[in-house]
Amino acid sequence: MITTQGQIQDIQKRYNEALERAKARILVCAGTGCVASGSPVVYEGLMAELKKRGLHTTIDCLLEDEHATSGVTVVNSGCHGFCEKGPLVRIEPEGILYTKVQVGDVGEIVDAIVEGTLVERLLYHDPRTNEVFPHEHEIPFYRYQTRVALHNCGEIDPEDIRAYMAHDGYQGVAKALSMTPQQVIEQILNANLRGRGGGGFPAGRKWTIAASQQADQKYIICNGDEGDPGAFMDRSIMEGDPHSVLEGMMIAGYAIGASKGYIYVRAEYPLAVRRLEKAIVDAQEAGLLGSNVLGSDFSFHIQVKEGAGAFVCGEESALIASIEGQRGMPRPKPPFPAVAGLWGKPTIINNVETLANVSRIMIRGVEWFKSIGTPNSPGTKTFALTGEVENTGLIEVPMGCTIEEVVFKIGGGIRGGRKFKAVQIGGPSGGCLTEDQLDITLDFDSLQKVGAMIGSGGLVVMDEKTCVVEVARFFMNFIQNESCGKCTFCREGTLQMLKILQRIVDGNGTLEDLDLLVEVGEMVQIGSLCGLGKTAPNPVLSTLENFRDEYLAHIVEKRCPAGVCQGLKRFVISADKCKGCSRCAKVCPVGAISGEVRSPFVIDVEKCIKCGACVEACKFMAIEEVS
Amino acid sequence: MVITDQVVEKKELDLDFLTATIEEKGTKSAALIPILQAIQEKYRYLPEQAMVLVAQALGLSAATVYGVATFYAQFSLEPKGKYVIKVCDGTACHVRGSLPVYDAICKKVKLVNGKFTTADGLFTVETVSCLGACGLAPVVTINDKVYGQMTAEAITMIIDTLEEGGAQQ
Ligand SMILES: Cc1cc2nc3c(=O)[nH]c(=O)nc-3n(C[C@H](O)[C@H](O)[C@H](O)COP(=O)(O)O)c2cc1C
Ligand code: SF4
Ligand code: FES
Repeated sequence: MITTQGQIQDIQKRYNEALERAKARILVCAGTGCVASGSPVVYEGLMAELKKRGLHTTIDCLLEDEHATSGVTVVNSGCHGFCEKGPLVRIEPEGILYTKVQVGDVGEIVDAIVEGTLVERLLYHDPRTNEVFPHEHEIPFYRYQTRVALHNCGEIDPEDIRAYMAHDGYQGVAKALSMTPQQVIEQILNANLRGRGGGGFPAGRKWTIAASQQADQKYIICNGDEGDPGAFMDRSIMEGDPHSVLEGMMIAGYAIGASKGYIYVRAEYPLAVRRLEKAIVDAQEAGLLGSNVLGSDFSFHIQVKEGAGAFVCGEESALIASIEGQRGMPRPKPPFPAVAGLWGKPTIINNVETLANVSRIMIRGVEWFKSIGTPNSPGTKTFALTGEVENTGLIEVPMGCTIEEVVFKIGGGIRGGRKFKAVQIGGPSGGCLTEDQLDITLDFDSLQKVGAMIGSGGLVVMDEKTCVVEVARFFMNFIQNESCGKCTFCREGTLQMLKILQRIVDGNGTLEDLDLLVEVGEMVQIGSLCGLGKTAPNPVLSTLENFRDEYLAHIVEKRCPAGVCQGLKRFVISADKCKGCSRCAKVCPVGAISGEVRSPFVIDVEKCIKCGACVEACKFMAIEEVS
Repeated sequence: MVITDQVVEKKELDLDFLTATIEEKGTKSAALIPILQAIQEKYRYLPEQAMVLVAQALGLSAATVYGVATFYAQFSLEPKGKYVIKVCDGTACHVRGSLPVYDAICKKVKLVNGKFTTADGLFTVETVSCLGACGLAPVVTINDKVYGQMTAEAITMIIDTLEEGGAQQ
């Protein structure tokens, strides 16, 4: 049982010394992305290879035997963020990163460790310059990042609590316990930590309200619902550094006087649930969680709650209803959860990343935190960088960094040298920014000004092959499915907007539809209760403003400039290539093709359902799709 | 082809399992969703009879339980197939072409008329919004195993192997 900060530091020291005694340490990424690309077999392969050569050791052996100075350890780590290049394997202490490692490569990797060389072909090659980067921190994808919340992700074995302690873990809560709750709140207030779940509300202000309530029970809820389609940073933190979430919750609990916490995790994240549950058990056994934390009279218990699949449950009051066993429908505020939340008791809901930052702030101090980012938005923000950039993955940058830096420096620009078109930020609540807006800085206030928002942090890069009208329809469809149905404007308004957008992408839109979209959109913004409805029109309104041309092309010219919209595709038979064999006419399910044998056939555009059967059937490649 | 466990589900409810689950999760209203999740996991859907029994045990109306069961996407009132194929249609996957993959699957397992489960009970095909593996878009999961960077051809091959496996049983 650990009862003092000194004991934690002692474990930290011994653990780090033991690590240094190993000849090398291999970290195999076990994040969801790398697991899908086959990292478990790579891990097994490395283990077997090391054992075969008598090189294998473990941290426990190194801890026990102070004279051991050889051996290689191999552990699973959380997500490194560069999922697309997985499975990723990192060799410490040098920090060498191998990408796309397959089980057949393990022999060479072990050879290289023994000989102190590199496996050149597995190193990251810049796709443009072909420059080779042996070390992770030199790769452009990593070089421009600042990791605070993701500090441990990919660095440690998330299932080993000692590894977390070796990285200063649980010293934040120890420090907090040496202060008064009021002092802890002041630290968070001074750090100006703003909620990373989307709203950007200062965490310290929320805590102050909850702390001032008189109640026999208060709760801390960690919001791990992460419903934004296209975001996975909270998942990576829960999977890659679960203890930092627990520590943040404990600090928040101590600050407001809560003794119970829940972590609400999305149904689609089974690995996160498993890792968190293991972390809870380990922390309890170590005396760091449960009754009398670190021998103090502060007690805190944490339970994981699995969501059941509803985006709206990310909204605070809906989330509370869901934990209580009801349908997850938002309710009007006030009263705010900080006053009357779960079971009517004062409740603080913070996002996963917010809580991970809480741990870091307590460990590293307020001044350090404020030295990163901008005065109004200190610290960093994680983003899921996806879409048509060369390097997709999970990144963390200081607030105030520009979109251009993210897309072109970290993301490496657009794939295949195509042209940048837009970046969609903030998921279904956010907006589309254009090339002219690339110099906008990423922080809460600048984005709000241009009708976008950080939201949970999905950053989807689109090139000329992405149709923004279709993307707007896609988000509206998502919202329509996820609306809880309570408010008429959200339920019916989004349905009407979806129908209009569908009409436009099908090629049946009219110019009046554009005005109607704006009119209904503004109604939905005003007439909806929760953030889901209030922000639902954003993607449509922002694309209408920035990409009106594309809407017009769909409506007036019946053309999709990106060549995406099925409804606007046309199939034509090239008279030159057509030999008049009549195969196409036979396969067409609706009899849209006619002609005389041995002379060119034609497709009746009105009848054609664009199934493409004729294209497949034609032996002479005479049928083309045009848009 | 007969999917044996599906026949068992239809026959009768495992009352011991139900009692044990309720005992484990408790009878407070907060236990409702965890209990339904356990039932869904075992049967791959929520049998009507089970929902009625849960309502009684928790002192809730059947309508309340039904309301919760239909609100959340995780619950299904119809038996799901042996293999549940989830095609991610989150933003990242969508822009990288998840719909062609979805269409290829439906074509491959011969799903028609807006149905989600094949007549032989082998496959259920659904879309989900973001599986949290966007770096590998487009992503498909089959019974929670993640397949990244999918194409219409690749998924067709994977289904082929599953069909062979399924037919052997
Ligand atoms: C429709 C909707 C969905 C939301 N989804 C999430 C989510 O998935 N994760 C999250 O942390 N916050 C989400 N939020 C924001 C939460 O309501 C809440 O503001 C947040 O969890 C507070 O934590 P923070 O202050 O630490 O950001 C959502 C809000 C709305 C309206
Ligand atoms: S705005 Fe939409 S999701 Fe939010 S409470 Fe109203 S109907 Fe439900
Ligand atoms: S959008 Fe498909 S995994 Fe995230």
